[in-house]
Amino acid sequence: MSKDGKWPWVFVLPTFLGVLVFYLWPLVKTLYDSFTETGPFGGATWVGIANYSQLVGDSQVYRAVVNTVVYTAIVLLGIPIAVLFASLLNRPGLKGAMVYRTLFFLPYVAMPTAISLVWRIIYNGEYGVLNQALGVFGIDGPSWITEPWFALIAVALLGLWMSIGFNLIVLSAGLKGIPGELYEAASLDGAGRSQQFRSITVPLLTPSIFFLSVITTIAGFQLFDQLFALLGPTNPVMPKTQSLVFLFYDAAFVGNERGYAAAVAVLILAVVGLLTLFQFRLQRRWVSYD
Amino acid sequence: MRIPSVLAGLTLAALALAGCGGNSGGAGDAKVPDDPAKVKGDLTYAIWDVNQQPAMQQIVKAFNQKYPDVKVSISLATFDQYFTKLKTQGSSNNLPDVFWMNGPNFQLFASNKQLATLDGLIGAKQVDPANYPKALDDLYTLDGKQYGVPKDYDTIALWYNKKLFADAKVAAPTADWTWNDYKAAAVKLKAALGSKGIWASGDNLGNQSDFYPAMLSNGGYVIKDGKSGYGDPKSIEALQFWSDMVKGGYTPTAAQNAETKSQDRFFDGKAAMMWNGNWVVSAALKSPYKNDFSVVPLPKAPNGGRKTVIHGIANVMSAKTKNPEAAAAFLAFLGGKDAALIQAKAGAANPAYTGTQTDFVNSAPQYNLKTYIEAAEQYSEPYPVSKDTGVWNQLETDDLIAAFGGTKPMSEVGPQVATKMDEALGKEK
Repeated sequence: MSKDGKWPWVFVLPTFLGVLVFYLWPLVKTLYDSFTETGPFGGATWVGIANYSQLVGDSQVYRAVVNTVVYTAIVLLGIPIAVLFASLLNRPGLKGAMVYRTLFFLPYVAMPTAISLVWRIIYNGEYGVLNQALGVFGIDGPSWITEPWFALIAVALLGLWMSIGFNLIVLSAGLKGIPGELYEAASLDGAGRSQQFRSITVPLLTPSIFFLSVITTIAGFQLFDQLFALLGPTNPVMPKTQSLVFLFYDAAFVGNERGYAAAVAVLILAVVGLLTLFQFRLQRRWVSYD
Repeated sequence: MRIPSVLAGLTLAALALAGCGGNSGGAGDAKVPDDPAKVKGDLTYAIWDVNQQPAMQQIVKAFNQKYPDVKVSISLATFDQYFTKLKTQGSSNNLPDVFWMNGPNFQLFASNKQLATLDGLIGAKQVDPANYPKALDDLYTLDGKQYGVPKDYDTIALWYNKKLFADAKVAAPTADWTWNDYKAAAVKLKAALGSKGIWASGDNLGNQSDFYPAMLSNGGYVIKDGKSGYGDPKSIEALQFWSDMVKGGYTPTAAQNAETKSQDRFFDGKAAMMWNGNWVVSAALKSPYKNDFSVVPLPKAPNGGRKTVIHGIANVMSAKTKNPEAAAAFLAFLGGKDAALIQAKAGAANPAYTGTQTDFVNSAPQYNLKTYIEAAEQYSEPYPVSKDTGVWNQLETDDLIAAFGGTKPMSEVGPQVATKMDEALGKEK
């Protein structure tokens, strides 16, 4: 560092300033706010750990944690599904691979809110196309977005569907990195397609899979927009399906309790941080970087 | 590559959730413009209704004929996000110069010193509160000071679909109907049309449109002297009326309304009646069945009482506008007769300025809209609010509306809501 002088710092400065202003300062401010009682327009008074004791005693928080975990777990299922699709799409000689890739990736580039509004119409219990389709088979479909568990699963299935595209791109890149000779050698040794998949494809994809599971978990804990747009803020099911971020939104912008909202934000940060740390610890056992 | 993205993801959570700081200063008195030529500057005008945007643009145009050097840009946000956005802007001292305000949010903004009083404008006779219904002036007055210039007003009446009534061979509603007639008609309508997926009473069980008017008609109340009225026996009877309508399958449940907006049902010809405000007129005119609708006064409570709430939007000015003269000039113009007539002729909203409503009534002659004006003059009560109305409005949504049609009687639910609401009212500062 000493021999490079000050220039590296000058080049890093613009980015660093951005991180400082938009990432680190809000982090510190949120942490501070979580120890205050803050009104809708600011004006903070220090209240110590009162917000955190309220957090511990709030049954809605536990419900929100469970909902968020269930949602994240379902969306994580998108990774194995995407592994399967990615290896099918990357089979040599597949016709129209680009078309499939584009189709799978489309949901990822569309606006989540717009997609949610379309799915809101599809899921509609009285007039929705999903229940009309089920009706053809004589099934009387439920009211998808107003029954507690169905609503949560409806949101999670949407999240899963939307995640496939991104997963697919990352995994396709991972697949491209696997040398073709390995497959040739394997087939010379008499390994069939499924054994090649288990012994070569999956192990060599583990770094990508690990990356996706970390990213998906973080995104899962930030569940808000699909929930808000698909179910709607005045949906009577909301108290039973709300996520941690929804709880934050509710406290900050409906209940006008900014301090408590900040405490919820800190809780989310802590949970996500711990889960990520845990995943990094665990990766030594199953991720191969050879 | 990998670790920085994870860190970025982590901090992203914090970024999205970061609170905002900033303290509010003192509310400046609105200043009065003198010579129009001297008033200059840029203003932002925030509104939430896309249906009314063209009328607002016409008003800005008319304003610019008098004040050519003031540039007004209209900023539109959907209602769901409007107040969230304003609160965020307020905490960083970036409120728009002039903006729409509603009753439930007014006291929150005024008591937190976000709004300028009308002292200057009223003192100089450039805004005269006598031009607007008193209930609206009162709605936008806090601690003896008025902050809002009433823009429009709405009351509640009974909408019905003439064709569906004829199909079901049920006599059309009249001004003499009571709740019993309403329910009896619903029973017949359901029997005749229910199998076609048509609702008898497609009401949305909203506070303003459905249960506030019912509670007041029956002699109950929503809030009085800082106490909740949900435990009052008269209020409970009114709530039970709606709960029974849901239980009988005449009115959709809160869950069904969450999936399909009740007014969409009505305007799609899937419901025969609904209690609703005059803000739905422009939506009614866009319906393919627009000529099938008409309006009569709300049915009376069994005791003969009939009440509706009156609510209206007001135009307000930010306490911290950088251009108080231009903002005051614009606010005064918005409150004037010319602006009221532009709104009325466009059918955008029923203007608050006394004597200008005829043009609104005539903008849709087939709907008998004078019902709304008569309701305002003869049997309206102010929209119930407190300092932090949004908090107990949320209780109404979560605890009360969700319980309509459920197994618990309203004599049990009402007092529970009242207890929680009193608790919330006690926390207000």
